[in-house]
Amino acid sequence: MKRLKTALRTPWFWGIVGIFLLLLVNTLKDPAYLAIGVNPTTGLLTGNLLDILRVSAPIILIALGMTFVIATEGIDLSVGSMMAVGGAVAMETLSNIGDPTSVGAMLTAIALAILLAVLLGAVNGVLVAVVGLQPFISTLVMMLAGRGIARVITGGQNTNATNEPFRQLANGQILGLPTSFVLAIVIVLLIALLMRRTALGLMIESIGINPHASRLAGIRPRPILIAVYVLSAGLAAVGGLFSVSEVMTVSVSGTGNQMELDAILAVVIGGTSLAGGKFSIFGSTVGALLIATLNKTVLFLGVPSAATPAFKALVIIALVLLQSERIRSWAFGRKPSARKPSGPERPAVGTGNPVTKEAVA
Amino acid sequence: MEPTAIVEVKNASITFPGVKALDDVSFRLLPGEVHTLMGENGAGKSTLIKALTGVYRIDSGEIVVGGQVRNFSGTASAQAAGISTVYQEVNLCTNLTIGENVMLGHEVHGWAGINWRRTHELAAEALGRMGLGDLDPRAPLSSISIAMQQLVAISRAMVTDSKVLILDEPTSSLDANEVEVLFTVIRRLRDQGVAILFVSHFLDQVFAISDRITVLRNGQFVGEYLTRDLDRAKLISTMIGKDFESLRALGSNRQTEARDRSATPVFAAEGLGRKGAIEPTDVEIHAGEVVGFAGLLGAGRTELARLIAGADRADTGTTRVKGKKVSLNSPVAGLEHGIAYSTESRRDDGIVGDLSVRENIMLAVQARRGWLRRVPAKEIDALVTTYMERFSVRPNDPDRPIRLLSGGNQQKVLLGRWLATNPDLLLLDEPTRGIDVGAKADIQETVAELAEGGMGVVFISSELEEVVRLSERIVIIKDHNKVGEVINGAEVTAESIVSIIAAESEEEASEVLAHEGGALAGTEGSGS
Repeated sequence: MKRLKTALRTPWFWGIVGIFLLLLVNTLKDPAYLAIGVNPTTGLLTGNLLDILRVSAPIILIALGMTFVIATEGIDLSVGSMMAVGGAVAMETLSNIGDPTSVGAMLTAIALAILLAVLLGAVNGVLVAVVGLQPFISTLVMMLAGRGIARVITGGQNTNATNEPFRQLANGQILGLPTSFVLAIVIVLLIALLMRRTALGLMIESIGINPHASRLAGIRPRPILIAVYVLSAGLAAVGGLFSVSEVMTVSVSGTGNQMELDAILAVVIGGTSLAGGKFSIFGSTVGALLIATLNKTVLFLGVPSAATPAFKALVIIALVLLQSERIRSWAFGRKPSARKPSGPERPAVGTGNPVTKEAVA
Repeated sequence: MEPTAIVEVKNASITFPGVKALDDVSFRLLPGEVHTLMGENGAGKSTLIKALTGVYRIDSGEIVVGGQVRNFSGTASAQAAGISTVYQEVNLCTNLTIGENVMLGHEVHGWAGINWRRTHELAAEALGRMGLGDLDPRAPLSSISIAMQQLVAISRAMVTDSKVLILDEPTSSLDANEVEVLFTVIRRLRDQGVAILFVSHFLDQVFAISDRITVLRNGQFVGEYLTRDLDRAKLISTMIGKDFESLRALGSNRQTEARDRSATPVFAAEGLGRKGAIEPTDVEIHAGEVVGFAGLLGAGRTELARLIAGADRADTGTTRVKGKKVSLNSPVAGLEHGIAYSTESRRDDGIVGDLSVRENIMLAVQARRGWLRRVPAKEIDALVTTYMERFSVRPNDPDRPIRLLSGGNQQKVLLGRWLATNPDLLLLDEPTRGIDVGAKADIQETVAELAEGGMGVVFISSELEEVVRLSERIVIIKDHNKVGEVINGAEVTAESIVSIIAAESEEEASEVLAHEGGALAGTEGSGS
């Protein structure tokens, strides 16, 4: 019972509930929704679940980067454009090399894409940490500039290319799971290790919670802030690579379009507060999976494309309301107590610590 | 012959999971009286106030207001019952006018929306009743001092003709004159028959203003006393449940032996200054010495400390650490050279609220090592155990977020953070502000111990008694200038420090100083 109560207060718990509910709705529409089959020509597994995992890979990565930016009390609006930049660089490189089977061409494309994104991310970081611009403004500028750069790279065309190894990123499978999803999870685990085994995660949280106190404690905020924006841009570029590898075409206006919003939603659903501070990598990943499931559900249910954004909004607002303790106690008929709810509990802190007299005295 | 109480709390209890925050507490407020609630941090003062203002609901017992049993469902219903509250931090809108702030929520409505002329007239009246008639209700709130804003907050609370006014630490950010103005207003309201509940950590103020004192300890009612029947020693020992003499003995062994100051000091500054903060100043701090910085709030004490720690960049001057010339241009540089700075504002510049006690203690040590080399868990545990035990941090739970601790315990954790960096020089800026007597005594004791162990300590406090009791040498700062230095001795008292600060001219000050065995600092830059 106590466990359940703790779980109810954990934001990503509701993310998981949301994923299951969406899958349930889909299954109700088509009982075979969850079925997994084998494609006789390629021998690969097929099914809606695998589709969801594949499209979740880019979202998982940009949500991961966004998590750290948001933890420092910032925001990165440029990740969608950064996906386009990464995709554009990759497609342009591959079509110029023109070797449809070369692994070296793939690696070059990947390296160049990440390199350019990292440079642009560093610009974001310097604007925020050194120049002192608002993260919203700096990255908004980069969001516009990024799409422009993607256009310049491809000459305004939607470049396509042929390279089998690169195509395998999104279309191949490892142990029955989409390669891009497996890679995304590996990256998440590596970054999680980096954050928690070194003191980077602690310092990011500390800066996000109280920048003044952190500076006086001897933490240098600038390198950390720059690192956070660089990481976000780099991860977004990889997300862009996964995204274009599905169709082997970069759409300069379509790739990564509005994905920054998906990433922000995923992070918030995962329980990282927009006010900065404690972050939850696991939560953001759950959030990203939820967004991917939602995107696929919208298509599967045949929601008219005009109504899609409104439908998504409804689902997300319902979820966010469920996460709010106040709304829950109100909706489920528990007597609202006169004690002020202390706002949504953050997952990393929210082991359900009761407010004690030390806290209030 | 006592009048009937306006507010009576009868056997109230509030239980939070695991803790009894209020345990069978009875309390009353009489009209026309200032009633002070005393107790250490965590004694239940805030909980009781929150019960009275409808923030918390009591689990058992009852609250009677004006003869009626009330069950507050929120702050609004407490206000409707005539209980108004002014909190420690001014909760007003600085971008609105004074009048708008006073009348917020009570604006006069006319045929075309709000009648601003009438609203401001009523605001002026409300201010007038407080004796603040010379404030212009149309001036922006930001144009007046924090103290005046505090008074505006009281005017705002009294617009509804409340019978009960709760003042939760209203004086914590005011200087002595401003406190006097506030007290005049409080007395005026008292004479109008308002029942006033006052909370403050400053004993002087408590004795100056209150008619009656109720003491809480560990969530329990200890006693209700008439102020005139109570002396300080008795009050303090009642609050902490300890003998006062053991507190008084503290630090009395300091300030005796003469120190040899010819050795190389831990820290020395020449002409250290920053425009608008502090004029060029010379300071030396020796190993094992406690140097007090005395001066009024805003005189430049904190500014000087920040320059020494590297928290702010100096415009002028040179600094030497153990004789070696160094540049202290960032907190990192300060910490690298063994200088740790505990700031004045615990909440804004000190604690990292959502991080645990453990993380707060190890933060500075970790920052010194860089992000790549995480401090090993064993070492962290050793540090955390050492400092939590040494200062008996309560609750004894290193994984609790520090924001949930009381002020005194937060301060102890911060002290642990700085000591963990093993500094040669520790700057403590108002380490005892707003914390209870017990924690205060712990911290003073620690300062004395640290100095004995060879650390140089700078001790800054608005409570001059405390500075005089702890410091070997006192640097006196006035109007962004160091005006002098006093070697502490038996004849130096808080009063003599005040007389130096209050001296109108330099000559007068140096006369007092000469009398106290001190010397004026170099005259460069002290032309005011």
